[in-house]
Amino acid sequence: MTGGGVKPWALHLALIAVLLTAQFWLSPYHATNLARIMVLAVFAMGYNLAFGYTGLLSLGHALLLAAGMYAAGLPAQLWGWGAGPAFIAGVAGGGLMAAALGLLALRTAGVSFMIVTLMFAQAGYLTLLYFAPVTGGDDGFAVAAASRRLLGFDLSTDTPRFLAALLIFAAGLLISLALIRSPFGRTMVAMRENEERSRMLGYNPFTVKLAALTISGLYSGAAGAAYALLFGYVGASFATIQYSILPMLYVLLGGAGTTLGPFLGALVMFTLIEVATGLTSAYLFFVGAALVALVLFAPKGILGTIRERWVRWLP
Amino acid sequence: MAALIETRGLTLHFGGLKAVDGVDFALQSGEIHALIGPNGAGKTTFVSLLSGRRMAQSGTILLDGEDITRLPAHARVRKGIAYTFQITSIFPRLTVFDNVALAVQSQGARDLLDRTRAALARVGLEGLEAQEAQALSYGHQRLLELAMGLALNPRVLILDEPTQGLAASEIDSFIRLVESLVPETTVLLIEHNMEVVMDLATRITVLNFGQVLASGTPSEIRADPAVQEAYLGA
Repeated sequence: MTGGGVKPWALHLALIAVLLTAQFWLSPYHATNLARIMVLAVFAMGYNLAFGYTGLLSLGHALLLAAGMYAAGLPAQLWGWGAGPAFIAGVAGGGLMAAALGLLALRTAGVSFMIVTLMFAQAGYLTLLYFAPVTGGDDGFAVAAASRRLLGFDLSTDTPRFLAALLIFAAGLLISLALIRSPFGRTMVAMRENEERSRMLGYNPFTVKLAALTISGLYSGAAGAAYALLFGYVGASFATIQYSILPMLYVLLGGAGTTLGPFLGALVMFTLIEVATGLTSAYLFFVGAALVALVLFAPKGILGTIRERWVRWLP
Repeated sequence: MAALIETRGLTLHFGGLKAVDGVDFALQSGEIHALIGPNGAGKTTFVSLLSGRRMAQSGTILLDGEDITRLPAHARVRKGIAYTFQITSIFPRLTVFDNVALAVQSQGARDLLDRTRAALARVGLEGLEAQEAQALSYGHQRLLELAMGLALNPRVLILDEPTQGLAASEIDSFIRLVESLVPETTVLLIEHNMEVVMDLATRITVLNFGQVLASGTPSEIRADPAVQEAYLGA
């Protein structure tokens, strides 16, 4: 957890540097996909902080993604907010929703926690449909071009969009690395590993888990807001169960409890779906096959396995 | 001298089983107090009530005169009551350092590195910092458990059968270690090994069927006919 000295920082900064250059050697189409992957990876990083590090297996993170998306998209739509304030509102929306969810759902644990979070997320989705005149329901709405400008840059064009996505991704990645190497990060892992012992060391499990879930919500909110502002669309489909499962798959594939796992998982899964849909309409078959292979050969995910076998210092 | 921990009429029944039944008990500051009694006498349940792992049905618990009967376990730890588990409870997949650092940082200590190393050195686990806790031998895991308790810098350290499963040589150094803790830390010890009890304890309380059978110095306890009948003589 604390080992490795400066190597983890160097590795993370190197990844960010490589991604910065990617816009020059990738086609615009692939660069836009990479921007999308980076935003989804921010969502998965948030999921990883709750699930991978603190041991909170949530099935309701779509609610937090949608909270950020609508908290950013609705003020832009209704009152013409600019991208900066809308993004901040989105981050706050995700965090507040997570705190409210946690206050109720963290009275449960394990399977009950999964069911309760799933239930709240479904209630959130139905609420979005119910208020369709405002939220646009399943059809959603397009974010006005005027709200997609930041400091004079048009976020709907390739380079500003890519750089904005990279900026949010880099901030999320470095903050998560700093967090898990901090004393609080150690406390989160302690909660995952042995809650009763943590309690008898003076930690209140409820407040630790509530804090972790809220941080997870801030990440999810940032991802939802970024998606709305960079790709210009807000819709209730992002509140469906599918978007609660996706970050879990990314994290499991990349490696739960590894800082780079969420990005790697999002990258591999996105690419796999992209290639598979080009071949067949039954692309979910490939996703399923990949997951079966994962469970059989690398149950700790790609980076979890690499850490266990070869690179012990990997955070 | 005022008692550091005092209980009055402390009671917890499991259905018809009177695990702890109206226990009046006083732990004096700076002593090593042993809690003995036959299996099922309610020793572990009693210290669970003290540490807050279980809540009493009736009676009161005072810490330095303050009523802590309804306080949750984590809050009692912060007030200075540390509990080490009968069945070793560590963080097996974390390093030895992280296990102890978790105890140190819960006190809000600044000098995390120094205090963690000091606690490890005190139990003789220095040099094993980077090991995963699950890779330690059983005896070392018991010592790690103790180091976590010490790192909490407690006023009262509750040791639940600390020598269980230790080799004879390990028990000797354990006894010396516990002796070095008082009088800064007050020790409440559940122990089956009578040699350890007689060697260490300044006072002994005997529990039987959830009630206090006798309480006194080791020689008083040895001479007590009721204790001999219920326990020692058996």
